[in-house]
Amino acid sequence: MRRWPNRLLRFYVAMMCLWLVAPIVIVVILAFSGDGYLRFPPTSLSLQWFARFFGNVQWQRALLSSLVIGAIACVVSTTIGFFAAYAFLRSEFRGKKLLLSLMLTPVIVPSIITAIAMYYLAGKLGLIGNFVWLGLCHAVIAMPIVLLILLSALHAVDPNLERAALGLGGSRVRVFCRVVLPLVLPGVMSAALFAFLASFDELLISLFLAGVHSQTLPVRIWNSLNLQVEPTIAAVSAFLIAVTTVILGAEAILRQRQAQRRRAPT
Amino acid sequence: MTVATLTAAARAAPRAPRDRTLLLMLPAGAMLVVMFLAPLVLFFVRTFTEFDGTAAEFIDQARDLLLSQAYLTALGTTNWISLIVTATVLLIGYPIAYYLTTATGIGVRIVVLSIVLPYFTSIIVRTFSWMVLLGEHGLVNNVLVASGLVNHPLPLMYNRLGVLIGMSYVLLPYMVLTLYAAMRAIDPSLLRAAASLGASGSYTFWRVYFPLSLPGVLSGALIVYILSIGFFITPALMGGQHDIMIAMLIDRALEVAVDWPSAALMSLTLLVVTLVLYTVYYRIADIRRLIGAR
Repeated sequence: MRRWPNRLLRFYVAMMCLWLVAPIVIVVILAFSGDGYLRFPPTSLSLQWFARFFGNVQWQRALLSSLVIGAIACVVSTTIGFFAAYAFLRSEFRGKKLLLSLMLTPVIVPSIITAIAMYYLAGKLGLIGNFVWLGLCHAVIAMPIVLLILLSALHAVDPNLERAALGLGGSRVRVFCRVVLPLVLPGVMSAALFAFLASFDELLISLFLAGVHSQTLPVRIWNSLNLQVEPTIAAVSAFLIAVTTVILGAEAILRQRQAQRRRAPT
Repeated sequence: MTVATLTAAARAAPRAPRDRTLLLMLPAGAMLVVMFLAPLVLFFVRTFTEFDGTAAEFIDQARDLLLSQAYLTALGTTNWISLIVTATVLLIGYPIAYYLTTATGIGVRIVVLSIVLPYFTSIIVRTFSWMVLLGEHGLVNNVLVASGLVNHPLPLMYNRLGVLIGMSYVLLPYMVLTLYAAMRAIDPSLLRAAASLGASGSYTFWRVYFPLSLPGVLSGALIVYILSIGFFITPALMGGQHDIMIAMLIDRALEVAVDWPSAALMSLTLLVVTLVLYTVYYRIADIRRLIGAR
């Protein structure tokens, strides 16, 4: 009796998954096109657009900027976010939920407003085009993601383990480094991966703050889409998709390991 | 509920001595204040104080701007697009989330992957891929023309339809992940109880399951609406001249006219609406599920 609706639901979900994945797959296929312009399906395959992407000095510089800015954002937001998440879980105070909601506002405030405000400040400070500053701005945007991931990772660590280690005479710092950190390391790593990704994919803040010299990959894609769509964009997009896929894969492995570690008898 | 939590917190507070762990929060707090809060406050305060003219002139200009045809049209467009996107994404996403809570095994993994992969792919890349698909000689039009369904390529992009397709695609994962989190919390024994009392499948769904999933529907709709009204990239690339949203108007005020006061004023209105909706979200939803995190 319940078969028909179930089959219908399954068919519907399958179609929707196709709808979700198809655009991404099509861009990846286009990136390997041997044609002179963007046309799907491509009539021949080649690596010419990747060669253009990796061989062009401007794209190389954009890639380098993206990587450096992403690394700064990743290290800063993960470190600072880790301390904050730890303090958050291990202390009791009034207005905890309110404070958390305030710390998450960077994902809620429309990015155009954040970008303009940061642009205003950077302009006053003469920091437009400074990639360290841009990395720090990205760290602010990545912080909510880091916080949420680390809060759930730290939540799984039994505070009794810490108490036991403290009771056995370990110093606070030592217990932190030898007990807490190893236990949440997979969580820290996945937070770092997502923080990097958040910066690597960020467009609007980079668009306003990058100036001419620290343009990132998304900024260059944006410029190209607004002026004249060059097929190299497909290769750059495929590259960004590949980075996302690798990071998601790494995160899945980390999560699996953590699950195994929890299941293993100690 | 808030009163209860507040009193509980107040009762718990004296027991926990103020320890130094809380100091670890300082770097994050400082960073947020210096790099996020300060720029926002500075942007608004300075643009308004740097305005050359009297206060009366400023108010006049502000009123002219907020009652101008361009602003009112953008306001209407923004709300209209956001409403349609929210409704579309809810209708599309609800069955997917429902499937995720009922299914097991490989099916779940495939569905989760097909939601998470686009979710973490750069918005600019996702928008670009739809531009390729929906263009005049894009895949969709080629298929439609080749199959004989239409004689000429349909205008699927650089109009309202393109914006709606692009934004729905970008925002669907937020809806599915929020709904999924809420639906997972529904106790399956309630459904079994309804069934064992003789309720039919559809009766159980509409009278038991659906009402229980409404908080998830509300928080999913809120988060999608909040994100929609501030959208910039997708409508800017896929919209036509009649699809100017508030965020684009703000950008234009700055890029084209270098008009800081107007940009600040429009930003302020958008920010206030966003924060009000966020407060509602804060009241009804689990804030830790904000971006689909577990």
